[in-house]
Amino acid sequence: MKILYFAWIRERVGFAREEIDLPADVKTVGAFLTWMQSRGEEYAYALESDTLVRVALDQEHCNDMSQSLESVNEIALFPPMTGG
Amino acid sequence: MADTPKGPVVLVQAEDFNTGQMIEQATSRASNIGAVVSFTGLCRDEGGKLAALELEHYAGMAEAEITRIATRAYNHWPLDQLIAIHRYGKIAPGENIVLVIATSTHRQAAFEAASYLMDFLKTKAPFWKKEHLIDGTSSEWVDATEKDDMALERWEDVMSE
Repeated sequence: MKILYFAWIRERVGFAREEIDLPADVKTVGAFLTWMQSRGEEYAYALESDTLVRVALDQEHCNDMSQSLESVNEIALFPPMTGG
Repeated sequence: MADTPKGPVVLVQAEDFNTGQMIEQATSRASNIGAVVSFTGLCRDEGGKLAALELEHYAGMAEAEITRIATRAYNHWPLDQLIAIHRYGKIAPGENIVLVIATSTHRQAAFEAASYLMDFLKTKAPFWKKEHLIDGTSSEWVDATEKDDMALERWEDVMSE
């Protein structure tokens, strides 16, 4: 799975992207976030706030924690957007 | 420009744009356009404190998301043209950040579509602003405001009509 990080979440993780194999039991967005937080201090720090972490699956917003990751190729994690 | 395809035009770019030239282009082939509304978002200097804004973006999704928003607007209001340009990279105070142009037969559709596009672009398009200060002390990510989220709510009724 390709994982992308942006803005201060990218800075806290320490890099912009990585390619990882998800554990077999990580099947939903919610399970993915919980697992990510357990991967180390920098991940726990980057993803500590449930209300400030936004998720996109294959470049589309996803607010549904029960959404399946089956057939997803790219997950992006980022803070609330401040464009415009 | 007579064969310009119908539908929104979305550009995500580092380069500056010329607002006047874009408006002229949007209306030059017009015969039944009675209204052109444009919004240009500029970089403030925050009372002389800001050296530059750095705009990070999610390449690919930025274009895709603005296109999704613009397509909803284009399908809802009777528009001729709907154009959105959003810059990324380092932007100095006074420079352009974003441009939205909507043209229509009548003004209401053009005003509303431009306003809708800007409101959604601010909270749904994947861009993040970082402030670089003149005194070099710190560079901080700009916080999202609740006001921007609330701006979206008023569109729910409009779009469900």
